[in-house]
Amino acid sequence: MKGTYLGEFQELVLLTILVLAENAYGVTIQDELGSRTGRNISRGALHTALTRLDEKGFITSEYGGATAERGGRRKRFYKVTDSGTKALEESKMLRDQLWSEVPQVSLQKAGN
Amino acid sequence: MKPSTGHTPPKWANRLLEWYCRPELLEDLQGDLHEYFDRNLASKGPKRARINFVMDVLKFMRPYTIRKLEILNNLTTIVMFKNYFKTSLRSIARNKLFSAINIIGLAVSMSVCLLAISFLVEIDSYDRFHEDADQIYRVKNSYQFLQEDPSYFASTSILAGKLIQEQVPGIKASVIMHRGFSGDAKMGDYIVPVSGIHTTEDFFEVFSFELLRGNPETALSEPHSIVLTDETAEKLFKGQDPMGQTFQVGNEETPYQVTGVMKKPPHHSHLRFQSLVSFATYEEKRKENPEETYWISWSNMWANYVYMKLEDGTSQEDIEARLVPINDKQNEKSDRVTINTSLQPMLAIVAGENLSNQIGMSMGPEGTWIIVILTSIVILSAGFNYTNLSIARSLRRAKEVGVRKVVGATRGQVFTQFIIEATIISLIALVFAYLLFFLIKPEFLNLDPDIQQMLLLENSPKVFLFFILFAVLVGFLAGFFPATFLSKLRAVSVLKDASNTKLFSKVNMRKVLIVTQFTLSLIFIISASIELKQYKYALAFDLGYDTENVLNIWLQGNDIDQMANAFASVPEVSQISRSAMITSVGNRYSETIKYEDPTDSTDLTYNFIDEHYLPLMGNRFLAGSNFESRQLQEREESIIVNEQVLKRFNIGTPQEALGKYVQVGRDSQGPRKLRIIGVVEDFQYATIQESIESFGFRYAPDRLEMLNLKIATTDVMATMEKLETAWNGLDQVHPFEATFYDEEIQRTYAEHSILFTIVGFLAFLTISIAALGLLGMGVYTAETRLKEISIRKVLGASEGSLVTLLARGFMWLLIISAAIAVPAAYFLFDSVILADAVNKANIGFIELFAGVIIIFAIGFLTIGTQTWKAAKSNPAQTLRSE
Repeated sequence: MKGTYLGEFQELVLLTILVLAENAYGVTIQDELGSRTGRNISRGALHTALTRLDEKGFITSEYGGATAERGGRRKRFYKVTDSGTKALEESKMLRDQLWSEVPQVSLQKAGN
Repeated sequence: MKPSTGHTPPKWANRLLEWYCRPELLEDLQGDLHEYFDRNLASKGPKRARINFVMDVLKFMRPYTIRKLEILNNLTTIVMFKNYFKTSLRSIARNKLFSAINIIGLAVSMSVCLLAISFLVEIDSYDRFHEDADQIYRVKNSYQFLQEDPSYFASTSILAGKLIQEQVPGIKASVIMHRGFSGDAKMGDYIVPVSGIHTTEDFFEVFSFELLRGNPETALSEPHSIVLTDETAEKLFKGQDPMGQTFQVGNEETPYQVTGVMKKPPHHSHLRFQSLVSFATYEEKRKENPEETYWISWSNMWANYVYMKLEDGTSQEDIEARLVPINDKQNEKSDRVTINTSLQPMLAIVAGENLSNQIGMSMGPEGTWIIVILTSIVILSAGFNYTNLSIARSLRRAKEVGVRKVVGATRGQVFTQFIIEATIISLIALVFAYLLFFLIKPEFLNLDPDIQQMLLLENSPKVFLFFILFAVLVGFLAGFFPATFLSKLRAVSVLKDASNTKLFSKVNMRKVLIVTQFTLSLIFIISASIELKQYKYALAFDLGYDTENVLNIWLQGNDIDQMANAFASVPEVSQISRSAMITSVGNRYSETIKYEDPTDSTDLTYNFIDEHYLPLMGNRFLAGSNFESRQLQEREESIIVNEQVLKRFNIGTPQEALGKYVQVGRDSQGPRKLRIIGVVEDFQYATIQESIESFGFRYAPDRLEMLNLKIATTDVMATMEKLETAWNGLDQVHPFEATFYDEEIQRTYAEHSILFTIVGFLAFLTISIAALGLLGMGVYTAETRLKEISIRKVLGASEGSLVTLLARGFMWLLIISAAIAVPAAYFLFDSVILADAVNKANIGFIELFAGVIIIFAIGFLTIGTQTWKAAKSNPAQTLRSE
């Protein structure tokens, strides 16, 4: 199953890309993730994750227009591929399944 | 979009990112970082933004962002080499004319450079055969009279050597030498002249000369011990065992005993000698007269040499620091003369500073510099050709570069390809240069006997390696500019419209290169013609006496009367006179002269002559008369002076001067008073560069060492043979040595003729190379402007006007070169090279402009023929195929 395993951070990145839809590129992804998790996400970490996702074929990317604030460099927009969506769904299903089987008691304890 | 605030991310960080980041990731990453920077700029201020940027750049260094290792690229380069090689050869073969121009130009100039390289390698190899050669030093002296400029000597005093041996630590071994051992070795009736150096016993510890027989420690300890070189031993003993043999030298009573046989000093040793005589021999002779102590004094520093090998860890400075107190102490004793000793590394003797009284081979630093500079100019000229033609042709190569780049070549690869092409051309040129090198090598060696003695110019593997390295370097340098330029081209713009690229912006640089080339060629040719004129002038100079058909013969120790009689019997000899030396060739004897005022003295240059000398040489008398014939007299009493002596001491007219007394030096009986018996017209007794000062002819039969024969003959060879027979009748040991006075003078000014030959040859080379380059440019211009020419022609331009149009640009460049070169060459000679010469040929219009005219003619011919060809072409032919 190597290659389809989805780490926690990678999952968040994938979801963020989906959330951002048409406007998902490095900076926006980082901002979105940062504001949602309240964590300080490093560019490096994010980029590593994006590269891994790309290698696994969960996302694709294409270059968009250049802007002045990027010093004339183009944005690289990310899109989640079908297999990416599938992997997300699988991951969600796995969790849902697990959630549904968690006994009420232990959940309360955990809540305490 | 926000307008730029002027703040940008730190450039170096940006570059760092570009350097390490994989190209495919770079744009995205860099863009993101810039966007962040912009935001941070607004929210946190420029300082924070910059720090963040740098931090981000650093944090991005991750395995996957870093470029593939360069070695992978290099691997492709190696694979590509074959391709580069092939395409280079194809390109060379395709452009035959350009390749030929480049190869010929480079080959010709490289041959000179090969000569220079082997010269430099050989000079550098001098004296390196000694063990720890870099630890061997020689004591040199500076000699300063009152506050005059000091002069520098390779020689020192025996005292200095002894003091150093006693007082200076850190010396492994040192040796004191005294030159001037020479005489005829006599073994019964068998006589062989030998010469050598007196040296103390540690000679073989300081130097690594090979002692074949004998004990290196004791061979030179005893008086009258002599170590012979194998060559001299063979000459003396002809196959017998030389060890322990004895022979007499000259008129000395004590015989010399052979205590060792050594290998002849190798060619690359600045010290060359036939034999070594123990220093004790010299000391013994000196001590015979205990009152005479000058030989061991601090100021007798003219014929002695001290060499030393330092211990490991001792430096030149250490020793020199120790020499200072010794110098000071000795100099306290004299109020007029300051003599300071210091060290000179042995490896710097041959091509190092100019010192007087050298003991062996040395040539001063100028020779090296002149050779390096001259050859660099020549190779530069050929390199310029390559650069120039390559850039001119780059329009054609641009498409090729475009295609290569489209197919995926990187800039570095295109660069490598062009560098390789240049290197291949340069290596092909090296092959031809190597052949030419063998042609010019003997010519160079034959320029001057000194050069022949100094250099062998043999080919060693080391030299050969240098040749190849040199060729590669030349290829790289010549190809560097075109390669950089071509590899910079952008594929898109080149392929879209080649003529649109910035190719023609390089036109100015090309012009500068051409002007430089021609300026240098012109300076060479002008220098050569000025040198030639100086040489001719020197030979034709009226010395004030007649040197024609005068044959000078060194007596070499033979009895003067016997020899004179022997020669007198040869009918072609019309007159014979005797003298101590010959004037006007750079030698001089001098002594102080005073008139009435005992505190007013000057140097008197003099020659000893007999009563036949002045009539034979034809010196003109202004007053008085010649010496009268006399036998060896008790004391010298008369002198014939020149006009300068009268002027210097205000003695009045020549008539008034007769009978007056001058004091010339001293002899054993006190001041030597000489009566003026004659005054001769001033004549050029020194070389013509020097001015005429006080001169006197003196009469001292015991000081005469040469015969001057006035020859009247039409068959010089036959006469010389007769003279030689006469000589051999009296002396079978020494070969007959005779030189015509005029030849002697020619030899004195040989430097002019050597310089003329060298510079003239280089002028020829640079002009040929520059003309080749011009030819290439002409061909190229005619080719690229063919359509333009055709259209002009169709519209009615005449062929003549077309040639003018095309040639005008080039002729302008030549005019600019001439405008730079003529004043430069004039200044060089007038104010630098000939500045101190008293008599010199004026630099005239012809010397300055003959070269210019020649170059203009050559330039016009090369350009003219090409443009004429273009102008003559049929417009219908050239325009049809559009």
